[in-house]
Amino acid sequence: MAQTLFEKLWQSHVVRDFGSGSALVYIDRIFLHERTGSVALKSLEETGRSVRNPEQVFGTMDHIIDTLPDRSDVTLMPSGTSFITAMRNGCKWAGIKLFDINDADQGIAHVISPEKAIVLPGLTLVCPDSHTCSQGAFGALVWGIGSSEAEHALATSCLRVSKPKTMRVTLEGSVLLGTSAKDIILHLIANIGAAGGRGYAIEFCGDAIGAMDMEARMTLCNMAVELSAFTAIIAPDEKTIAYLKGREYAPKDTAWTHATTYWASLVSDAEAMFDAEITLDVSSIGEMVSWGTSPEHSCSVEGIVPFSDSFTDVSKKTSYEKARTYMDVKQGQRLKEIQIDSAFIGSCTNGRLADLRAAATILKGHKIAPHVKAICVPGSMQVKADAEAEGLDKIFIAAGVEWRLPGCSMCFYAGGESFGKKVRVISTTNRNFENRQGPGTRTHIASPATVAASAIMGRVASVRDLKK
Amino acid sequence: MKAFERIKALAVAMMQDNIDTDIIIPSREMKQVSKKGLSDGLFAGRRYIDSNSRELNPDFILNKRQYGDAKILIAGENFGCGSSREHAVWALKEYGIDAIIAASFSPIFYKNCINNGLLPIIVAGEIASYFACLTEDSEGSAFEINLLDQLIVDPKGEHYRFEIDEHDKKALLLGLDPIDQTLQMQKDIISFEDQRKSKHPWAFI
Repeated sequence: MAQTLFEKLWQSHVVRDFGSGSALVYIDRIFLHERTGSVALKSLEETGRSVRNPEQVFGTMDHIIDTLPDRSDVTLMPSGTSFITAMRNGCKWAGIKLFDINDADQGIAHVISPEKAIVLPGLTLVCPDSHTCSQGAFGALVWGIGSSEAEHALATSCLRVSKPKTMRVTLEGSVLLGTSAKDIILHLIANIGAAGGRGYAIEFCGDAIGAMDMEARMTLCNMAVELSAFTAIIAPDEKTIAYLKGREYAPKDTAWTHATTYWASLVSDAEAMFDAEITLDVSSIGEMVSWGTSPEHSCSVEGIVPFSDSFTDVSKKTSYEKARTYMDVKQGQRLKEIQIDSAFIGSCTNGRLADLRAAATILKGHKIAPHVKAICVPGSMQVKADAEAEGLDKIFIAAGVEWRLPGCSMCFYAGGESFGKKVRVISTTNRNFENRQGPGTRTHIASPATVAASAIMGRVASVRDLKK
Repeated sequence: MKAFERIKALAVAMMQDNIDTDIIIPSREMKQVSKKGLSDGLFAGRRYIDSNSRELNPDFILNKRQYGDAKILIAGENFGCGSSREHAVWALKEYGIDAIIAASFSPIFYKNCINNGLLPIIVAGEIASYFACLTEDSEGSAFEINLLDQLIVDPKGEHYRFEIDEHDKKALLLGLDPIDQTLQMQKDIISFEDQRKSKHPWAFI
């Protein structure tokens, strides 16, 4: 019988089928970070359990650590040190490989896992972090979990999972110049809503996916969680294989041949049926920017803040009114009339080399507006080194953008550093939630190119505005 | 894990879609490597006028006297979306919320509830809105929740049946530890792992 890619990945990991769509699923890799991983390891130790396969588990410091130069275990977040210490001790106790603060391969979990080929096609990988779905770009079944489930997976190498339904999102057409994967995923979220993927494992496919590099595919999959989806996946192809080959934890020699032969079977069969189908013509999608406090509150950079009467549903209308008040935007206001105070480039969504290149291309030869504070945080030490080798750091610094050390940084406010109350930020991150980047901070999410253009103009702007 | 018992309690409604886990517990409120001590940070961004001084915001619904003893929370679509932080569930539970009735939940949050003995109930959006109206009655708004029979009894005495996965129901009713349950399947796990190692040796480090 014809199978979807999801079904193939699922079937190959079922340890025991409980019927009614629920199964014990084998977990090949686990990734932990200091904020939620530390709690899971501590609790595991306290309950007298151990990590079943420590060699399959990896840890990193990304959430709480500072991104300022000369950082140490002492963080701007008052109690940050306790998380860092607990993570380090927990990894040592369990025998887990840790990418520690100033190691040459430290970085954001979802950036370094692919960089080191810890995630591979055909594997299952979980991490107590909602953006784990980014790694589905490699044709692996990956999903975000809570700390209790992380303990469960660490102790048993398995998780009990209710099987999600499948949704195929086909991206047809050619992506316009100036449009990125970020714009496409924001367009999708704005169209089907922040709960539009709930209950589904989404497979992205179509010509536009084939044309995307791995980094763009990761950006696309990264925000599947903002659709409330279980995860996202993309079938591995030559680009996937070329990306992974030779990386540290990639299979070598005959194991590589064996693996790549198997990976070729990881596609949805032509006749496979999905529970839901969506087709998007990407050639009509331009730059997108959010105006509210949910990624579904996004529209074209050329658009306006919607009018109140466009919402009929009571709770949608309540969310809209709350968002408009929090963001201090007016109905009918053109997005391009919104002045910005700050700009942020980085995160597991857009903190990879291709993202930094996209921003630097716009910034080159420009200065950011005098009133704007802008920060660029590479997603990993490797991204930072690669960017510096290309001279991107010099472009950012010359434009007036701070160049930081890797981490999640101000994608959210861990309690240490924020842009400030009522400060308006345009950001390459994934969430424009209330208080996400700090108490009272107002976030507009957009692509790296759009953030760079906006930083230069001092207002929400399109890359096209710079040419005029 | 403590077993979920039948409850009869006051309910409080927060009818807004997409109440995310950053709203439920902001990052800065997760101060210790612990599952405890989190209730003070629950809804901190809304509950306090100033999160440093902890001055209460009198307009926030949980700060209103009639909802002080609420153990049931009623919400709209996609409750608990966003960050996977289980601290959101730990904080709700510690605060005293035993059940959440919503039009839908984010999948990670839902699972986190089950793993901590907090009952998540999905009802149609209109029902959630209707229940929310009932909570505004100053006479009191006690709802009864009977997990065994999968029933909600509203303050007017009307019965509503809800659906829940059989395994989740059993785990909540008996307060089962999910890790212990999986460890009982050790034989299956070892045999699966052996097969996988021989078929896909590249998948192991």
